[in-house]
Amino acid sequence: MIAASPLHSLFPNIDDWGELGQACIDTLLMLAGSLSLTVLIGLPLGVLLYLTGKGQLRAMPALYGLTALLVNILRSIPFIILMIVLMPLTYVLVGTKLGIRGAIPPLVIGAAPFFARLVETALREVQAGVIEASQSMGASTWQIVWHVLLPEARAGIVAGITVTAIALVGYTAMGGAIGAGGLGDLAYRYGYLSYKSDYMVVTVVLLVLLVQALQMIGDRLVVRLARR
Amino acid sequence: MIRFIDVHKSYRVDGRDVPALQPFSLEIADGDVFGIIGHSGAGKSTLLRMINLLERPSGGRVEIDGTDMTALDESALRAQRRRIGMIFQHFNLLATQTVAENVAFPMRLAGVRDASAIRTRVDQLLARVGLSEHAGKYPSQLSGGQKQRVGIARALANQPSILLCDEATSALDPQTTASVLELLAEINRELKLTVVLITHEMDVVRRICDRVAVLDAGRIVEQGAVADVFLHPQHPTTRRFVGEALPEETVSAPLPGVRLGGRILRLSFRGESTWTPVLSRVMRETGVDFNLLAGRIDRIKDLPYGQLTLAMEGAGVDTALAALRAGGIEIEEITPGRSASIEDRA
Ligand SMILES: Nc1ncnc2c1ncn2[C@@H]1O[C@H](COP(=O)(O)OP(=O)(O)OP(=O)(O)O)[C@@H](O)[C@H]1O
Ligand SMILES: [Mg+2]
Repeated sequence: MIAASPLHSLFPNIDDWGELGQACIDTLLMLAGSLSLTVLIGLPLGVLLYLTGKGQLRAMPALYGLTALLVNILRSIPFIILMIVLMPLTYVLVGTKLGIRGAIPPLVIGAAPFFARLVETALREVQAGVIEASQSMGASTWQIVWHVLLPEARAGIVAGITVTAIALVGYTAMGGAIGAGGLGDLAYRYGYLSYKSDYMVVTVVLLVLLVQALQMIGDRLVVRLARR
Repeated sequence: MIRFIDVHKSYRVDGRDVPALQPFSLEIADGDVFGIIGHSGAGKSTLLRMINLLERPSGGRVEIDGTDMTALDESALRAQRRRIGMIFQHFNLLATQTVAENVAFPMRLAGVRDASAIRTRVDQLLARVGLSEHAGKYPSQLSGGQKQRVGIARALANQPSILLCDEATSALDPQTTASVLELLAEINRELKLTVVLITHEMDVVRRICDRVAVLDAGRIVEQGAVADVFLHPQHPTTRRFVGEALPEETVSAPLPGVRLGGRILRLSFRGESTWTPVLSRVMRETGVDFNLLAGRIDRIKDLPYGQLTLAMEGAGVDTALAALRAGGIEIEEITPGRSASIEDRA
């Protein structure tokens, strides 16, 4: 029945669209799971980097240096290698090295330091004067973070989330090659190893659409949040 | 009462201590509008920021109503800071919050939970600064003067007893400056709070300050009641500031070819004597002739004053000067090239 459809004549090698749909869902799940954990871990990490930085509210050169070193190491390892290196840890954390669950720990560990740096940069954009004004009103460091830094930097942070989400789409596709599933997996197995180039075309188009959608949503939010 | 006791301040720059303020002591009385004037880099902001310990003194003590601020732990210091409002040259408002939210902010920081109490207080504060219609706007939608009014409302939110102003009008045009200064004076009068303001414009000091300290390269070179400092500036830096506010001193460098006869004198009138015809009476009685070289009649805060520079000729000049002094007029003799005081301050 599918054989008669126009889709089939356009993409003769794709005979199971359900599998493709499932791959889409897997990619989206991986993205949603890893992005939320990345934000959850990266945001505090970014705040820590900001606060302990030179000349900042809680300057602590040693702690800053250590955190920055860790972040830089994690950021400089190519994701595909990070994923392989982390496999034992992944297994301990989620009980599998494969599938969506197996993909999430390396995705988060790869993306959180990256996101933390973006958060640090966004926080540094907040005017020193505004922080000083809050101090003059008797705000504690915690109040400054919660009531001043995060709200004032929210547009920058959302822009950072967008960039991170898009990077994560790329990572999930790479992860597909070593058993994470999703669109990357299809492209790799069918498109590359089996020479079914229509799989490649379709997954690339879907990934491009996903990235476009993320960018658009992100940009809209940034404009709304900037409110200036 | 704010007291600086043997306070000094150095900043650490590249591992070296660079002095910003030389040791000084200073008292600021309750209810005063106290001005601190100085050129850029003189140490004004440093001095002001040591009052609420945004800057920690390198030595000495800062006391507010007898409490040694430098000895407080962090939470006690935060509690004290709530009693001290501060406004800034660049306003420093939260860009993502509305005017009303900005004004409510110090109350939220202080842990006030009662939303209706906050709303009532915000309405009251916005009415005081004349911004009731702008409660829902964002700072970017306001003019500079309006932003500073929001800053003032915010600074008053927790009913402070001290208001610190760091170049509060330096980013504003003259007309807006005047209205913001008027608002500050009104707040000082009605709420009886102490205002400490720093500026590099003598005119700001003249308009609203009771007392003034002049800072020059990290030192307080002169301080006193504004009228005294303004009418009889002693230190060259003070004279320069006063000269900017009263551009009249062409006498000390006479035009080439112009020969001024007689003695050149500067007469200062304050308060009552500004409005009594002492000068004309004395001149008539002593038969002294005079030439009017420069003059001005204005106000120092609420005190009317006049300052005239005259050249006097005739045998009766000394008698005339004595009679003028008796009439409450302060006199300085200016020798061309430099001016010197010929009498003790009255
Ligand atoms: N955080 C700092 N670190 C190092 N030096 C500083 C710091 N803050 C101020 N200084 C120095 O201390 C001196 C006094 O600075 P301050 O800001 O008090 O001057 P100011 O009178 O307020 O000047 P302006 O009118 O330009 O605001 C200056 O020489 C300045 O360079
Ligand atoms: Mg300054």
